[in-house]
Amino acid sequence: MNASVAKPHKKRMQALLDHASGDKRFKILEVHMKKHQFRQDALIEVLHKAQELFGYLEDDLLLFVSTKLKLPPSRVYGVATFYHFFQLKPQGRHACVVCMGTACYVKGADKIIDAITQKHKVRAGETTADNQLSLLTARCIGACGIAPAVVYDGTVTPRATPETALAQINQWLTP
Amino acid sequence: MILNDLIQIKEKEMAARKPIVLRCCMAAGCMSSDSKGVKEQLEKAVADAGLQNEVEVRGVGCMKLCCEGPLVAADPQDALYVRVTAANAPSIIAALEGGRAEVAQTDPNAPFFAKQFSIVLANSGVVDPERIESYIAADGYLALHEVLNEMTPKEVVEAMVKCGLRGRGGAGFPTGLKWGTVAKSPGAKKYVICNADEGDPGAFMDRSVLESDPHSVLEGMAIAAYAVGADQGFIYVRAEYPLAIARLQIAIKQAKQMSLLGAGIFESPFSFNVDLRIGAGAFVCGEETALMSSVEGKRGTPRPRPPFPAESGLFGCPTLLNNVETFANVPTIYRKGADWFAAIGTEKSKGTKVFALAGKIKNTGLLEVPMGTPMRKIVEEMGGGAPDGGAIKAVQTGGPSGGCIPAQHLDTPVDYESLGKLGSIMGSGGMIVMDDSTNMVEIARFFMEFCMDESCGKCIPCRAGTVQMHHLLDKIANRQATARDLKKLEELCDLVRNTSLCGLGQTAPNPTLSTLRFFRNEYEALLQPDLYGSHGNGEAKPPTATT
Repeated sequence: MNASVAKPHKKRMQALLDHASGDKRFKILEVHMKKHQFRQDALIEVLHKAQELFGYLEDDLLLFVSTKLKLPPSRVYGVATFYHFFQLKPQGRHACVVCMGTACYVKGADKIIDAITQKHKVRAGETTADNQLSLLTARCIGACGIAPAVVYDGTVTPRATPETALAQINQWLTP
Repeated sequence: MILNDLIQIKEKEMAARKPIVLRCCMAAGCMSSDSKGVKEQLEKAVADAGLQNEVEVRGVGCMKLCCEGPLVAADPQDALYVRVTAANAPSIIAALEGGRAEVAQTDPNAPFFAKQFSIVLANSGVVDPERIESYIAADGYLALHEVLNEMTPKEVVEAMVKCGLRGRGGAGFPTGLKWGTVAKSPGAKKYVICNADEGDPGAFMDRSVLESDPHSVLEGMAIAAYAVGADQGFIYVRAEYPLAIARLQIAIKQAKQMSLLGAGIFESPFSFNVDLRIGAGAFVCGEETALMSSVEGKRGTPRPRPPFPAESGLFGCPTLLNNVETFANVPTIYRKGADWFAAIGTEKSKGTKVFALAGKIKNTGLLEVPMGTPMRKIVEEMGGGAPDGGAIKAVQTGGPSGGCIPAQHLDTPVDYESLGKLGSIMGSGGMIVMDDSTNMVEIARFFMEFCMDESCGKCIPCRAGTVQMHHLLDKIANRQATARDLKKLEELCDLVRNTSLCGLGQTAPNPTLSTLRFFRNEYEALLQPDLYGSHGNGEAKPPTATT
């Protein structure tokens, strides 16, 4: 963000809007903002939609949102970085989310993380160098009755073990 | 919509009921074990057997025994099938005509179910959460009708004071008092907010209520709005609960279509709209001022109180903020009367409480018991004790803001005061059971890491204090600490607790303090001898050479 802010703001904005006009996703996002009447208090809703459309929130996207909602970029950036749910970096092709709530932790979720970290050289919150796998943790997905729970690409799986987790990831990574 | 329409919907729904009902759990826990596939196969098997006129397959909310999911219950056979797979469907249908299915069953009259007392969860596992007719058939929205037609807002508040309901979010503030304060606050515009940002790890009651019975929350909010004079409501839900969000969206849409939300509800001048606000993963947003800041689209940081939200809350207007479970209690209270509710529970804690039982315990899932039930009854009799014959070491309540109740105190009745005396809190209702293989220092470190990550960074005691406390706990767990570090940790706990801005910081030391109180020996066993000795005041003695 720091380097990019150095560019003259107006020029950058024009380039961004030119770019946006060719991308359908920006249009969808704008329709969504219109649905909220471009209200500034809908910022979080808009960022949710933006992340859903683009996968992550890059600087230009945040700037686009700030222009359309007439909010200072600092405010948009501040909100985007405050909440854990918003990703500012591209994510891997597959996402493995290990729930680290108390129930899952007591039942050995940390061992699942350790096993994946060791095998695939990726720490919690990071993406592998080849962009294939993101290993993420969740605070608690509320599936404590079936702990430990792991979410593979959006599908919650009950009673996971290091073995089942590694097997699922292996299945993803073998072409 | 008038009362007659409501009764007609109920009668139509009852007339359409088939003699046999197969209830299939469609809450998030069972869905993750393919209960959707089970339901589809059951429907197919019913069609194959030509029983469409006799058997209804109904998707319902949580049936409480989450560890054995997917669950399917057959009425009136009184059979409860556990760990059902899609392939089991024909066998279950065949058993309806007599005989026994080749599917594992559990006793629906076992203590886990029989000792429960349901108010909030009464509809959970019975009504179809995606159909408003199903809720109306269970006497839904009758309370709202009665309140709007036969009571003044003042009477509604008085009844709430009389019933003695206390906030189920954790702190236990009297709900009637809160409603009264908001009702008295001057202002043309007021808001009602439902706090569904269930951030405590290990708690899933609110998720289950929203997934299983969303209309009870909407009805409760509407009654509250009438009492305080609000016309706009928000439900702030965590993004981690996609199913709950989807069910709420359906529920709001259906209620609007039937004019049970919107303008002129039950042909009265009262109007009420509800909008959803999706959280974005910040634990601190469970704190009321932080939550409101997040609803306004800002960073979720708390602010000092007063002014309290009841006077100046969302967008500067008087705001009523209650938890999901609190609102879910409301319709039943007005339907059955404040006196009925006040007779349940203990003198100071009325009604029931829903607990999410998880961790090292045989029966994990949801249970609702009257306030004052001894913890031993909950974990040993109903929960079935530790699995594989292990011994229960402690029960953690209140998540990162609570503490651990050791095994010797299991006879404590569960109510706000008794848990407070033991250095824990009621919290939102998460109950994590730990057996003798659990290391208490690790648990304290786990919760401190949580608080450190989730500290919003606004006030210094919490922002810096949690980091330092985590560092000290880390040092102890890694066997690098001395008695002096332990003393420093205790001092820091005291400081952070007394000087932090909001509940997060004020309660962050609780897990550490309560494990120190009951399991100090585990900490001390990890300490290293102090090479430099101590003056007794915690200061290091300089290694002066005494040649």
